[in-house]
Amino acid sequence: MTRAVLEAVSAWAVPVLVAGIPLYALLRRVKVYPAFLEGAREGFRVGVRIIPPLVAVFVALGLFRASGALEALAALVAPLTERLGVPASVLPMVLVRPLSGGAALGVAGEVLRSEGAESRAGYLVSVMAGSTETTFYVLAVYFGAAGVSRYRQALPAGLLADLAGFAASVAVVRAFFG
Amino acid sequence: MGFVWVLLIASSVAVAAARGRMGFLSGAIADSAGRAVTLSIGLVGMLSLWLGLMKVAERAGLVEALARLARPLLCRLFPEVRADSPAMGAMVMNLSANLLGLGNAATPFGVKAMEELEKENPNPGTATDAQALFCAMNTASLQLVPASVIALRAAAGARQPADILGATLIASACAVAVAILSAKLLGRLYRAAGPAAPGGGG
Repeated sequence: MTRAVLEAVSAWAVPVLVAGIPLYALLRRVKVYPAFLEGAREGFRVGVRIIPPLVAVFVALGLFRASGALEALAALVAPLTERLGVPASVLPMVLVRPLSGGAALGVAGEVLRSEGAESRAGYLVSVMAGSTETTFYVLAVYFGAAGVSRYRQALPAGLLADLAGFAASVAVVRAFFG
Repeated sequence: MGFVWVLLIASSVAVAAARGRMGFLSGAIADSAGRAVTLSIGLVGMLSLWLGLMKVAERAGLVEALARLARPLLCRLFPEVRADSPAMGAMVMNLSANLLGLGNAATPFGVKAMEELEKENPNPGTATDAQALFCAMNTASLQLVPASVIALRAAAGARQPADILGATLIASACAVAVAILSAKLLGRLYRAAGPAAPGGGG
């Protein structure tokens, strides 16, 4: 039931908005097409503007993974996180989630396949991936587009939010799924 | 960001040297730089579409109406942003798109909001408290339904792939609460330390 509703919502939301906004505007006697073009013209400018910060962040994170620094960090914190209730197979999710959305889904898919969707590790990676975002990517895109290079408290706040999401995931999965 | 960036790169190169993985680095550098460009250009289509639709919605008074609905909440979160600022409208669109899980639409609206906030920034190039808070909220997952994870669970043969919904909502709420609290509290710290302080602004 929930699943059918969810699927309907995700299938309908975008088409309804894409049709509904211009239709409503037309009824309000807005010159729809010129307005659309005026707004859309910004798209390319923004896309080009975020290239430099994204290159900077992607290269740094690419190096971090290719050098083995990520694995070294994982080996370093594994004893601690295991005691806190994060199995070794789920630890890569914690480390990779703020860095790369694609890699995080890769980790989730791997754990779900090898340990099963209804295992504790399976629930844990799912809830972790679903309750956090790719912090470094979001900051690079948003601040990059605005031309801001000093992020001030945004980075520590974003990473603290990720930590809170992970900690809450461990607690909630234990409470809900044992 | 400057400090974190240099630290990430320098420590990675040092670790690679110690583990004899130097040979992998040049390839990773070229690969990452290329992917950053592919991704940015790939975003242009969705950026154009949603920024165009947003302009249409603006002219029709839809953004204004939505902003008025969310005003009590947003004015409390962002007291330094004027209620009738164009940034408010864009932020509301971004947060609503996030809640609905329309990631493709949330990014263009968020980018627009950041640009509008930057126009009101007395210190261009350095994040304002409003920009930092807005970004921190976006780095926490606001979406009500994590569609990609549910799809992954379905593919892995889960009998009820959406059974994580309740748990995810609670964990997301914790993450968002911490994002807001820490952005507000750390903002005070950074302000006390002066505009150009800790690590070039993190």
